[in-house]
Amino acid sequence: MAQNLNYLRETASQTAGPYVHIGLAPGAAGFDIYKQELGWDIAGPNAAGERIRVEGRVIDGMGAPIKDVLLEVWQANAAGNYAHPEGGSPVEDGFRGWGRVITDFDTGEWGFDTVKPGKTRGRNVGTQAPHLNLWIVARGINIGLNTRMYFSDEAEANATDPVLNLIEWENRRATLIAARSERDGTPVYRFDIRLQGEDETVFFDV
Amino acid sequence: MTTPGEFYQRDRTLHPPAHTPGYKTSVARSPRYSMISLQNSVGEITGPVFGHNDIDAGDNDLIFNYAKPGESAIGERIILHGRVLDENGRPVPNTLVEIWQANAGGRYRHKKDTYLAPIDPNFGGCGRTLTDENGYYFFRTIKPGAYPWRNYVNSWRPAHIHLSVFGSGFVQRLITQLYFEGDPFLPICPIIQTIPDPEAVDQLIARLDLNATIPLDSVAYKFDVVLRGRRSTLFENRLEGN
Repeated sequence: MAQNLNYLRETASQTAGPYVHIGLAPGAAGFDIYKQELGWDIAGPNAAGERIRVEGRVIDGMGAPIKDVLLEVWQANAAGNYAHPEGGSPVEDGFRGWGRVITDFDTGEWGFDTVKPGKTRGRNVGTQAPHLNLWIVARGINIGLNTRMYFSDEAEANATDPVLNLIEWENRRATLIAARSERDGTPVYRFDIRLQGEDETVFFDV
Repeated sequence: MTTPGEFYQRDRTLHPPAHTPGYKTSVARSPRYSMISLQNSVGEITGPVFGHNDIDAGDNDLIFNYAKPGESAIGERIILHGRVLDENGRPVPNTLVEIWQANAGGRYRHKKDTYLAPIDPNFGGCGRTLTDENGYYFFRTIKPGAYPWRNYVNSWRPAHIHLSVFGSGFVQRLITQLYFEGDPFLPICPIIQTIPDPEAVDQLIARLDLNATIPLDSVAYKFDVVLRGRRSTLFENRLEGN
């Protein structure tokens, strides 16, 4: 017998269940308990850069929108820095870069307001195209799903992005690119996430 | 001098796979293509930072945090405490822990829950706290009741408390459920059965902690949470790759 390595093992995931809102968005569950709920203001009032809206649905294998999803977003600011000690240069006061959003119980639509992130540093060299990191939990999802959202108006940066280029099937890269349009003068990006099917969204084992 | 590197690869053999037919809802909600394996970069090793301005001191006391003045939640009073650690056994300090649960009758305070057990007017069912510098956390609450659900016609969830934990990097993000030792529903729960590894199931079952129990007041259960650990960057000077 060799020595024991003595690492602990990660705690196993379990589904967030249908009532995730009670814990993470109690107002949506139907009651007011906390001084402030967390994650509704991603960028804060002082963030530089373009103010954008991001909207979409999460669609199941039957083609139906899922109405009890919770998504979290983690993103850099417009200068490409994350609000974290290892995230690069300091960010604007009030910029957290993290948000949490739920889908509408009737339509399955979700949406949030933020600023468009800048390019971030690559793993060793170069840069990554602007993107949002997304984490998706719901009833029926046994372990949170990680994906990324890129921006359709960043075609040049997307073409050289090291993560998009990891995806061997070029047609699948499009599942990660949100289409830009405009509504009342505000840029709106549409990002539908498909859990199954030919156009299944690319998910990452991070 | 070593600097922290990326997080250890997640051991997927201890986690439930996405597609688990015994838990019916997972069938249409499980991706079918392989996930793309991604080495960590800046967006993975970083994650949101929370502080004491984000929460109130009483948020971790579910017996009182939604109760009317002078009243309290009904049920078996329990203390839930433990540490958030990483796979290296190091404490994870100042990290946000959020919990939610049914009341003592198994009813959730949620507009979509229609179970016939009554709402407890003094129980909201959620709490949150930050771990201290040693990774320690504690809540006071009531023990939740078993809860029926439509998987099979006669499916009941064991008493459980949902936990959400952050860690320092976004790839440590974890939501799980805590169970109580001795519950007869544990071996027949389709959601627990999504986990293929018996030791990983044991790690979700909180044990009675008589030492932390407050005599004549509250029973204590201890529950440690383990998040992914980080590698040290030894001898690394890579310039290639992404």
